[in-house]
Amino acid sequence: MDVAMEPANGFVHAGHRSDDAISSESPYRDIDRVLDRPGPWTDEAFQGTKDFLRTQSKVLVIGAGGLGCEILQNLALTGFHDIYVIDMDTIDISNLNRQFLFREADVGKSKAIVAADFVMSRVPGVKVTPYHGKIQDHPPSFYKQFNLIIAGLDSISARRWINATLVQMVDEEDEESLKPLIDGGTEGFKGQARLPMLTPPTAFPICTIANTPRLPEHCIEWASVLEWPKVFPDKKLDTDDPDHIEWLYQQATARADEFKIEGVTWTLTQGVVKNIIPAIASTNAIIAGKRDGLSPLTSASCCNEAFKIATTCAPFLSNYMMVRRPVVSPLTPQYVGNDSVYAYTFEYDKREDCPVCGGESITAEIGKDWTLERLVEWLSERQNMSAVLHASHSRRADTPRQISKPSLSHPSGKPLYFQAPPQLHDATKPNLDRLVSDLLADEGPELVVTDPNLPFSLGVTIAFV
Amino acid sequence: MTSLLAPRPAAQIWSVKKNEEAAAKKRPKMTAAQLRVQKDLTELELPNTMTTHFPDPSDVLNFNLTITPDEGIYKGGVFHFTFAINLNYPHEPPKVRCTQKIYHPNLDLEGNVCLNILREDWKPVLNLSSVMIGLQYLFLEPNPDDPLNKEAAEDLRRNREEFIQNVKTSMRGGSVRGETFDKVLK
Repeated sequence: MDVAMEPANGFVHAGHRSDDAISSESPYRDIDRVLDRPGPWTDEAFQGTKDFLRTQSKVLVIGAGGLGCEILQNLALTGFHDIYVIDMDTIDISNLNRQFLFREADVGKSKAIVAADFVMSRVPGVKVTPYHGKIQDHPPSFYKQFNLIIAGLDSISARRWINATLVQMVDEEDEESLKPLIDGGTEGFKGQARLPMLTPPTAFPICTIANTPRLPEHCIEWASVLEWPKVFPDKKLDTDDPDHIEWLYQQATARADEFKIEGVTWTLTQGVVKNIIPAIASTNAIIAGKRDGLSPLTSASCCNEAFKIATTCAPFLSNYMMVRRPVVSPLTPQYVGNDSVYAYTFEYDKREDCPVCGGESITAEIGKDWTLERLVEWLSERQNMSAVLHASHSRRADTPRQISKPSLSHPSGKPLYFQAPPQLHDATKPNLDRLVSDLLADEGPELVVTDPNLPFSLGVTIAFV
Repeated sequence: MTSLLAPRPAAQIWSVKKNEEAAAKKRPKMTAAQLRVQKDLTELELPNTMTTHFPDPSDVLNFNLTITPDEGIYKGGVFHFTFAINLNYPHEPPKVRCTQKIYHPNLDLEGNVCLNILREDWKPVLNLSSVMIGLQYLFLEPNPDDPLNKEAAEDLRRNREEFIQNVKTSMRGGSVRGETFDKVLK
């Protein structure tokens, strides 16, 4: 196959950077070979997807950091024409070793904006629209405009947020509402978070922080957790505000001096309060962790999947791929001699009781004259409920599955009828005598039921007959 | 299949998803945190020494807990805590503060609480009930080894009788070592 032998198109890493932009003649000629004729694995509806890729698809890249730079490059070079990128961070000098879309002169500027400009200047015809800000600041309507979302995130809570947001956007009646999410580090699409490893922020015992600090991190936590709220009771700590970090740094330094602890630096202060790093790990280990060389590989797989989903030129991954370098110790990732890279794929099963996408759902056809109490009785009498639950939880088939003490709420979380605690039970008990149609008039025909006998939640959609 | 363009990528995945039985049903959109809090709260079985109060009954993520220990050194006191739960719950623990100034080895004068499961030992399998039981336990067994109020911890370690006297004084709204405490007696 001569395809693989062709030299790669212009866009190369920093250091080997050529000043020639990609020739506008046939920048995608290698890609075209894959897209112009069906192969053994192409989907039956393969024809015409090239046009979709080049003129219609809109793809969002979340994060313009180590992974994001690679992803943006790969997307632009595989022919995605309309790319959006969102990142809340600004460029730090320490990013330059691997985040090759940035130069020294860019330090302090928005990652999203600089990355977008760079890609556009290097790959003619590609439009990259940057957003400098938090993903949480955009409503679902923002995410609705994209065909595909690729996340190259370093934060677990941001991953959870985007995953939950996309899952919640899915509307059965509307195919377009399903947005495949390819999660950097791992991929997949069914809106389930796949995380290669969990390194939750290290929390130190608050008493250690208060009384017996031993590590520079303890002093920083003391400044941010205890001193800040005491000195600025009405001001929320903004970890992106250099003045705030400076204040914490000063406080932490003073405290470190007091306890004869060395190692409080501005960068460490920022790292600890932003949870950029597991707080105990040494700075070296962090750099090693970020330089472990998996970003290009991971990004390649992400973009490969994006390309397959957008063009249907080949079946996409189902639904988890893992690549590992052998690791000596969790704190100091390093390569072991000549050991190879290890990769495999497998399908991640859906968890029945997943709080984000799991749970059972039923439609209740009820009369306009039904009270909430009658609905609760109806729920408790449903024999087949236990059958459904038995089937999916055979391991625990002995436990009764019938709803006995249900609590009901609006999807917003507002209680409709709670069994406990006493105040909420008393406050919602009068609702039992009210008409379901009245209770649901404001917030829509859906409600959520939990019960001690249910291992997960039950969604109920009310249809009046 | 005739439609080739815009909806295609989604359509391909959609057809996969349609095949999954579980996904064939519509689910109300509730956040995982709300769902979990609903389950935690409605299955809460508190002893009569603890009561919850919701300033806004439609907001289950913010509420107060009152603990009235019926034994131990702090018996007779009424202690108020606020619970604030964010949307990362149960991955993150609830934020708990004491609203009163109390003389206690594991509470500081600002109301911060030193309870391991509220910070370093929090796990998503724990729930609101575990936190509440943990808080009550602090009043039954104040722990001088993990002090947040160092003076109180020292007092407890050095002379338990004197510490008990200090607790009684502080609970009446008196002062201990120059620090005046809130009156918490019923």
